Order: sequence, then C-alpha cells, then structure tokens
Amino acid sequence: MVVEIRHLAKAYQRGDQIVPVLTDITLDIAAGDYVALMGPSGSGKSTLLNLIAGIDKPDSGSLCVGGVDIVTLDEADLAAWRARNVGFIFQFYNLMPVLTAFENVELPLLLTDLGARERREHVHAALAMVGLSDRLEHYPSELSGGQQQRVAIARAIITDPTILVADEPTGDLDRASAEDVLNLIDRLNRELGKTIIMVTHDPHAAAKARSIRQLDKGELAG
Amino acid sequence: MYHLKMIFRNALRHRLRTALTVLGIVVAIVAFGLLRTVVDAWYAGAEAASKSRLVSRNAISLVFPLPLAYAGKIRQIDGVKAVSHANWFGGVYITEKNFFPQFAVHAPTYFDLYPEFVVPPAQLRDFQRDRKGAIVGRRLADTYGFKVGDSVSLRGTIFPGNWEFVVRGIYDGADNKTDVSQFFFQWEYLNEVARKVAPRRVNSVGVYVIGLSAADRAAEVAANVDTTFKNSLAETLTETEQAFQLGFVSMTEAIVVAIRIVSYLIIFIIMVVMANTMAMTVRERMSEYATLKALGFGGGHLATLIFGEAFVIAGLGAVCGIVLTYPLADRFGKATGTLFPEFRVHDETVWLQLACAALIAVVAALLPCWRATRVRIVDGLRNIG
Repeated sequence: MVVEIRHLAKAYQRGDQIVPVLTDITLDIAAGDYVALMGPSGSGKSTLLNLIAGIDKPDSGSLCVGGVDIVTLDEADLAAWRARNVGFIFQFYNLMPVLTAFENVELPLLLTDLGARERREHVHAALAMVGLSDRLEHYPSELSGGQQQRVAIARAIITDPTILVADEPTGDLDRASAEDVLNLIDRLNRELGKTIIMVTHDPHAAAKARSIRQLDKGELAG
Repeated sequence: MYHLKMIFRNALRHRLRTALTVLGIVVAIVAFGLLRTVVDAWYAGAEAASKSRLVSRNAISLVFPLPLAYAGKIRQIDGVKAVSHANWFGGVYITEKNFFPQFAVHAPTYFDLYPEFVVPPAQLRDFQRDRKGAIVGRRLADTYGFKVGDSVSLRGTIFPGNWEFVVRGIYDGADNKTDVSQFFFQWEYLNEVARKVAPRRVNSVGVYVIGLSAADRAAEVAANVDTTFKNSLAETLTETEQAFQLGFVSMTEAIVVAIRIVSYLIIFIIMVVMANTMAMTVRERMSEYATLKALGFGGGHLATLIFGEAFVIAGLGAVCGIVLTYPLADRFGKATGTLFPEFRVHDETVWLQLACAALIAVVAALLPCWRATRVRIVDGLRNIG
C-alpha cells in the first residue's frame, strides 16, 4: 500500500468550540490506484487530502505514505518529503504569476540536485506530455484556465512523485477544459502508473477514478 | 538566479506601488542626507580646528575684550610657539543677507598660525603692507565676485561707520575642510579707526590665537595662560580651538538636535510606510508563499524572496536618493551663500544613508517575512490573491 491510514482524527478550534473534521479514518490506497474522494461540503475530504499530502497534521492516528510515517516528521523533514513524494494539483492552479510556464514547471526541480541542462530536458518532456510545448515562455496570465491547469499538472509530475493529490482540479474550468484535464490525469494513472488521490464534487470527474470513497461528517462512508 | 529573477519580477509586479514607494524612499534619503549635511556644516569649523592651536578669550564672555598687552606675556609662557590676535568685526556687506565672517587680524603673525589658509606670498606681502588691505577666501571671492585690487565697503555694526578695504589677496584652503569664506583685514586699521569712533575699544583684542610647540601640551599651556592672568581685570579662558568652536555650536545646539531628530523621524516615517507596503504585498501573495511551501521550499527561500524584494526597493530608493543628494546639496550650499564655512556631503553621510536604507528594508520585511514563514500551508492556500 502506498497510503496507509489508521484511526486518523483531526479537529479544528473555532473560538471556544472544537469542531471535529475527521473521525477515526482508516484507509488504504494501493500504488497505482486512482481514488476520488467525494462528499458534501464540510465532510472533511479536503482535510483528508491535505493530511495525506503532508501539508496539515492530524491530531491522532497514524499516516504512512510510501512507507514513511509522516506524522512523526518535523516541518523541515516534511517539506523535504513533500518535495520528493507529492505532486500537487490545485483548484486554482496556484502557478507563480511572475514565472513563465517553463519556470513554473522547473520550480520543484530547483530543490533537487539536477543541473540546469537536465532540468531543461525534464521540463520540456513534462510540458510536451501536457501538450504545451509551444507555451514555454508564456506567463500564466497569457494562458487559459485549462492551459494553466495543464502547466500545474506538468509541475506536479516533474519530480516523479510517489502520489499526486488533486483538490477539485476541474472546479474552476469550463466543461471542455475540465474534460481535457481529467483525460490528462487519467493518462497519468493509466500510462505512467501514478497514484492519484482526487477530491471532487463532480460525479463526472469522480467517474474517471478507479475507486470512489465517500466522506460524510468526517467519516468514511463507503 | 531563480531568487534574483523572482525578486526583481515581484518588485515590478505593481509598478505604480513600487514607484511610489521608491519615490518616498528617495525623498526620505535626500532629506536625511541634506539635514545631516546641515549638521555637518554646523560642526565644520570645529572639525577643521587645529590641535596645535589654543584660543584665549575673556573669561567672563567673548563680548568682553582682552588687553593687547597680554600678547607679550603669553609669548613668554613655556610651550607657546607663536601668538596672534583677532577681533570679530561683524560688518554688513551691502545688506544683512550677505553674511560672512570678518576678522581684524594681526597681519604680521596671523597667517603663520594658519597654514591651512594658503595665500600666495606676494599677495600676503601686499596685504601686510596695506593698512586697508584685506584677504578673502576663495568661496567668498567667487560668491561676490571679489578680485585682487577690488574695493570692498563694509558697514560696521560693532565698530560704526563705513569701512573701506582693498582686496590684496585671495586664500585657498589646504584641504576641503578649510573655511574659505572668511574676510580678514588688518587689526591695526581697526585699532586706528577705533581711536576715533570707539575709544574704549582701543588696544583691545577679541581673542588670542596661541600656537603650541607641541599639540600634547595644550592642557598645560592653557592652564598656564589662565593662571598668568588670574585675579587680573580681564581673566582669560583658554581652550583648544576645537573646544572654542564647539562653544559656538553649543549655543545653537537645540537647533542641531532638532535637525537630527527630524532627520531620523523622516527615516522612521518612510520605514513605517514601506513596512505597510511590504505587509500588503506579502498578504496579497500569501497563497503563492503557501504554494512554495507545499512544493517543499523552506522558510529560508521565502525570507530571501521577501527580504530581497525589500532590499531591491529600498536599494533603488537609496541609490537615486544618494545620487540626487549631491546636486541638491550643492544648490542648497550655494543658496545659503557663505552662511556655512563648507557645505558638502561627507562620505559618512552617504554611509549613513545606505545604512538607513538597509534598516528600512530590514524593518519593512521583518514582520511580513515572519508571517509568511509561519503561516500554515492550508491557511495560506485558502488565501487566494
């Protein structure tokens, strides 16, 4: 299993109140799986995704990704772990507006030991894979939403991470662009064997996944 | 390289905001530089003072003179190499606005004690031979167009009447610290006219300038001079030339302190303005910083980006400000005429300007950087800019 979650719990404090978000989550995700996390707003699906991606910490339980118990890592180690093991695809793409498509995709590679030439080759390959070889020098503001999300996907896969996490990757896109992005994510899973965990509200998007897990009031329903 | 690219592109993202912030820093740095230069000009006389000269004046006040007869007694004191004397004249050239220092000096000895006043020997001889002769500083000559041979008329205030002089020489400074805005004429001329217009002031001297055989004997010689004239009708107060000059500055110290406070207040204000700009900038980019953190970039990367941007903006403002300070100081110096013995931007002022700009950058970036590095990634990602 690439992701092993045992009795995971997470709560937020709002004023004096403690609001439980996730309660006793136990979940396994196999390598090469493509899982869609669905559920109503506030069900905890994004929180679960954030915990798996190592950008938030649980209150209790264990969470192993790629054999590493990430709950025990400190901030610096967790950052280094994320850089190596997690590819992020955000709803609003989260590209750096002052960097070109090429530079945005190159960004995660700056944390590796690769030289400039190797980085360039990797970036060209990644952008070719998402069909944006002709948009290398374009800034995000010069790209459509769908193109920006494809740049974000190229950035997510550039370091060949253990898992790809996608939070509503089509939430900000029109139908045609959303379809392109979903097909691309599907290809990453089928052709490259990437493990993908995607949060979505969209049943059509979820249908592309190999398995769907429903969350309701912080608990896994199915 | 990546950092530099991001820093410069980020700095230019909101061009108007950056331009206005840079403009604010330029104004602050220029104002700071000019005010510091005013303060330096205030102290210029004291800074240029020689360590091997003492000034002896009436112990009660500078307003009261000393007898001419003291010169011989002072000369006999061990450690004294030479003695000269001078009187403040306080005349008006055409209008009160045209202020410059005028001294009646003992022509045969005075310039020997001031090697920093470089007078061509022939001009000095002409001055010493002509009772109505005057020697003027280069800056003064340039300001009023005085040339050797010109007649200059001063209206006396302490010594009434119209005083006619002939410019016999123009002195230059041995270095750029030398005050080249003074007007010297013969004390003998003053004394001669005083017999008619102010008999009580005859044979009296404003200050004695004492040349020392060795600078390290200043305290000993000063004490001996004052002891010599203790219990006389005109007791002396002898001090180093620098202490004497600082005595004048201390009379206006409140103004100097006020100028200093204002100069630092300006820096403080722009510091707050830039801190606000940086805070606003970082707040707007919080989701970008959170994204970088999610991708694995640590706090050091974010700090480099934020501090780098603050330093680029403050540095740009500082460089423009420093470059502008020179011509503006030059104009200011010309506008004030011969009010200050020298008005030039010191190297120390430039270093202070740079230090202030660095301080502005650091203070402005500190809190925003702390916030950006401390923000939880999930909170930062929610903050869509």
